[in-house]
Amino acid sequence: MTITSLDRRTSLSIFDRMLMMRHFEEAVIRLYKDGRFVSHYHIYIGQEATGGAVLEALGAKDLICTTHRNHGHIIGRGSDPNRAMAEILGRATGFNGGRGGTLHLCDPSLGFLSTSAIVGGCPGLATGAGYGIKVKREPHVSVGFFGDGALEEGLVIECFNIAALWKLPVVYVCENNSPGAMGPQQGGYPTATTATDSFTRLPAAYGIHCMKVDGIDAGAVYAATTEAIERCRAGSGPVFIEAFTTRWPGSSPLWPELATATDLNQAWEPARIAGPHADWLRDHDPLLRAARELATVGHASRDELMARDQTARKRIAAAAEFAIASPMPDSATVAAHVFA
Amino acid sequence: MRKISYAAAIAEALRISLTEDPRVSLIGSYVLGLGPKRVLMDPIRADFADRIYDPPISEAAIVAIGAGAAMAGARPFVDIGTGSFAYVGWSPLVNEAAVACHMSNGTLRVPVVYHCLHGLRGGGAAQHSHSPQAMLWNAAGLEIVIPSSPYDVKGLIRSAIKSDNPTMFVNHARLMDIEGDVPEEDYTIPLGRADIKRPGRDVTVIATSYVVHAALAAAATLAGEGIDVEVLDPRSLVPLDKDTILQSVGRTGRLVVADETNESCGIASELSAIVAEHGFKSLRAPILRVARPNIPTPFSQPLEQAITPTAEKIAEAVRRSMAMS
Repeated sequence: MTITSLDRRTSLSIFDRMLMMRHFEEAVIRLYKDGRFVSHYHIYIGQEATGGAVLEALGAKDLICTTHRNHGHIIGRGSDPNRAMAEILGRATGFNGGRGGTLHLCDPSLGFLSTSAIVGGCPGLATGAGYGIKVKREPHVSVGFFGDGALEEGLVIECFNIAALWKLPVVYVCENNSPGAMGPQQGGYPTATTATDSFTRLPAAYGIHCMKVDGIDAGAVYAATTEAIERCRAGSGPVFIEAFTTRWPGSSPLWPELATATDLNQAWEPARIAGPHADWLRDHDPLLRAARELATVGHASRDELMARDQTARKRIAAAAEFAIASPMPDSATVAAHVFA
Repeated sequence: MRKISYAAAIAEALRISLTEDPRVSLIGSYVLGLGPKRVLMDPIRADFADRIYDPPISEAAIVAIGAGAAMAGARPFVDIGTGSFAYVGWSPLVNEAAVACHMSNGTLRVPVVYHCLHGLRGGGAAQHSHSPQAMLWNAAGLEIVIPSSPYDVKGLIRSAIKSDNPTMFVNHARLMDIEGDVPEEDYTIPLGRADIKRPGRDVTVIATSYVVHAALAAAATLAGEGIDVEVLDPRSLVPLDKDTILQSVGRTGRLVVADETNESCGIASELSAIVAEHGFKSLRAPILRVARPNIPTPFSQPLEQAITPTAEKIAEAVRRSMAMS
């Protein structure tokens, strides 16, 4: 499929979400390099078609749980980029008042549960959200975004069993970004270590409906998500979607690097693609792929796509300015919010 | 003497242990964390490839496997990674490894070492800053080792691996770059022997792990004010060198305990209770604690700093102790 399998309005809405995610993450890396925050952090570049399409398919009241690689989901859901960036910079104006930081961005007003950076923590909370929805007899679904590494944790397998037994309305979105990763043996970030040849075998063993999709094909992800949501709302129980993406070269080292910087012109002028990561840009960049498809089919002109790109860039630049100008939290408030 | 980094001392102790005893193996080889010093493990991985297994992200499984392997006669060194992840492996840690010797009437041995990097590392927020050693001290049956210097870590790893008991070896990412004198030859430091890092007459400051360095900095500051601080590092919590602690407080009459575990039921609480119970007559002032308040660790630097046991907070506590009675 392609993003243009979807109607013009839907495909451009996904594209806008992807642009915001991409420019947000590029800005985060630059801010880190400028020494604007400390801490390890994780970047969503390369997975925007997955998050963008899933979030497009969700309803306003659906619940979402995400992980250490959460920035894209928060921004893609439409949360305020100012407050998201401020949180990453540890500012009082951030979503968590500076208490959460990059690993724990959270916007409950848009249905986000606590963002867990404990591998395997998120699928557990997402299963719990599905249980909450079911016992309250609500028509919503719960979506858990997590990486392939989460399937190494026993808790996740236990949740598959329970979600299947109790027919909970949970959409498990496994964003498999291990393809193309260096892994620790090459000095890169750790990647999945598994004896199974297919992650879908694990939920499938419990009778959970599974789908595998190309994670840079927003049309395919959107179609799978819509089917999953329908199944959940019909009471058929949980669904597992595995979305494959090829690791963005900037997320391969232990610390993110701005390995590529977005230039939408590369979508229709492949001669502009050069450098050590040309293969990734040509074959695996979801944003360039979507731009190319949209322009080719005529859902939008190149000029219109470039204009949308500029709008997103400006919005993110403003978010960075807001975050930098925001005050740090007052250390006298450190004991606030330990209890409700 | 030769100076090497704390990380290099760890790597050296692991190499000696792997060379000496074919029963020793590593489950997880990123013992030095993800900082620049991690490359010191590369030659060990190359030389002992058949006894190094890097596991999936499965803490509960590797803790249990470590315990089972030890019961079966192996001597695994299991790296849990960040201290917070120990909680994922909690049940096999406290329900299996810690209790098997006692529960079997002494017929089982569990010679496993679990290793983690605990504590406030800068921006770790609530899920990557935990110091699980106090909770583990509350679970009977685990040895708990917590060094602060390159010399100590080498000798203590050697002893922990040789120990027939399950041992939680607690390191700190911020210690890795610290340099110190370390002999090239093999040596062990027995568990349960405290070390006086700086002798002093006026106040005893007990500190552990990275906070030992904050306590030494505080002592240097206070020396300029005419206050002579003794800095005592227990080096292991189980077994605990109560004698050296009580003797020190017997000389100074004043005690400040500085540690990164939380204030309630923390390391500082237990050490304070021991001294209050057994050294009450020596005390000329109330014992003061400089611990982490019972607040989930916040991300933002001013907030994180507010809960960190710093040299300034330790110095302030010492001044308060000196001002009392």
